[in-house]
Amino acid sequence: MSNVPDDLRYAKSHEWVRDNGDGTVTVGITDHAQEALGDLVYVEVPQIGKRLDAGEACAVVESVKAASDIYSPVDGEVVETNETLGDAPETVNEDAYGEGWIFKLRTNDEQELDGLLDADGYARLLEDED
Amino acid sequence: MLAAIGVGQVEDLFDEIPDSLRAGRLGDIPPALSEMEVARLMRERAREDGEPLCFLGAGAYEHHIPAAVWQLASRGELYSAYTPYQAEASQGTLQILYEFQSMMTALTAMDVSNASLYDGASALAEAVLMAVRANRKTSSRRVLVPRALHPAYRRTVHSIVRHQGIELTEIPFDPNGGHTALEAVGALGEEAFAALVVPQPNFFGILEEVDALTDWAHGRGALVVGVVNPVALAVLKPPGEWGSGGADIACGEGQPLGIPLSSGGPYLGFLCSQQALVRQLPGRIVGRTLDLDGNPGFTLTLQAREQHIRRSKATSNICTNQGLLVTAAAVHMTLLGAEGLARVAAACHANTRQLSEMLCAISGVEPAFDRPVFHEQALRLPAPAADILRSLAAHNVLGGYDLGLDYPDLDPALLVCATETRTQADLETYRSKLSRIIATRTQPACPVQPKI
Repeated sequence: MSNVPDDLRYAKSHEWVRDNGDGTVTVGITDHAQEALGDLVYVEVPQIGKRLDAGEACAVVESVKAASDIYSPVDGEVVETNETLGDAPETVNEDAYGEGWIFKLRTNDEQELDGLLDADGYARLLEDED
Repeated sequence: MLAAIGVGQVEDLFDEIPDSLRAGRLGDIPPALSEMEVARLMRERAREDGEPLCFLGAGAYEHHIPAAVWQLASRGELYSAYTPYQAEASQGTLQILYEFQSMMTALTAMDVSNASLYDGASALAEAVLMAVRANRKTSSRRVLVPRALHPAYRRTVHSIVRHQGIELTEIPFDPNGGHTALEAVGALGEEAFAALVVPQPNFFGILEEVDALTDWAHGRGALVVGVVNPVALAVLKPPGEWGSGGADIACGEGQPLGIPLSSGGPYLGFLCSQQALVRQLPGRIVGRTLDLDGNPGFTLTLQAREQHIRRSKATSNICTNQGLLVTAAAVHMTLLGAEGLARVAAACHANTRQLSEMLCAISGVEPAFDRPVFHEQALRLPAPAADILRSLAAHNVLGGYDLGLDYPDLDPALLVCATETRTQADLETYRSKLSRIIATRTQPACPVQPKI
């Protein structure tokens, strides 16, 4: 069973979102996603300053098996990206919810997070997928 | 087979294609011929080409090709090899591709090379697309292209990128020097651009000021795409060392590396880049790795860029390489070595300089530009170039390229090239024939009035 922390929100496309409480959110991929992808060899982060719509493909994670798009879970503007992933993409495999975060967004509307899955909802989604 | 798949006729398989997009009947295709008839036809066609004394370059060059090159490339294992998905069954092919890539990075002083593209012009188009994708400093989709770049390359790039919202801006060449002057690019204003294309040498054979152009473009947040002749790189500064940062991408035509002229193809394009851009580099890339037992081996690598994995988001629709021609190029470079290639380049340069001096001794013939060249020279003529070329052809001399076709402002002018394959006697043959042809065309009318 994958690790699904209670304090995060989740998108059906396997991204997690952390509300930083200052108008920004942090986005990464879930433990389940990194497990399914296998060893990551490359992460392409979005450009800082880019405005994203919820559901927009904005980053790419590439493993030895496949390359997958990361979709922005909410609307917002990219304010920071995890530069350490350039040299150490395996950080996502090692610590998907911590050091392996991918980008931070300034959100327009914090209510938007309510539209995402909570931990229980995401855990049920994973069970259904199995 | 049609019955087995439940289709009445072959036409039904193409139902998906709207009528407006169909090519229609190919009425000019003659009936089938026997092998004997085809062989005879091909012999006759080949004879029409003749074996003229060649002083024509303009993008494809006649170089000596050691007999061993095609002897080796024609071996069954190499001749029939295709894209090597199965590393366990293709180590020989993969190693040759890897060696080719290694030699191209050594020649260009770039970090990485792909396993080749179709030809030089399409390699440049891919390089332009790559530069626009890779440049994250600007959202501009404008690319600066010198008018002194090969006209066919400019047309090819235009055809390939025009439907992708990329705008090509032409930079004029200096009328005296034939080079792309920094003042001319500076005069384009402050509008942002994604990349600058720098040919070295340019279409006129002229050496561009690559360091200044590279630094200028980098100072404006743009990438630099070098279009280079691989033989010239044996003696010129490689694109990876241009300016303070080096060009970002280098591409060009690989034909001078052991590929015969063969009426224009097949040739091979090469494309190299800095390491930071490798994920934007299209085409096959072969890497060296270790197998389970720790033995070195070769395999296709970074395939997540390619369309069989990334589908519509792949870096390019290019999913192949010119395997046979790469094999020949790799063997050619191996046989010549760095020193051999440098001697070829020096001999081409010396022959072209000498030819230019000999031809310019003819009244009315003079250099079109005053800047140094690699192995081609643009010459102004005192009579229409097309007429002169026709007369030379009648004497079995391929005299060069009529520059007026693409550059009406230079007309009448000729682009000539003398590679290492031309002897002193060849140069003298050209000079004497050109001298006589020009004399008959420019002779003043007889000053003596005929008696009536």
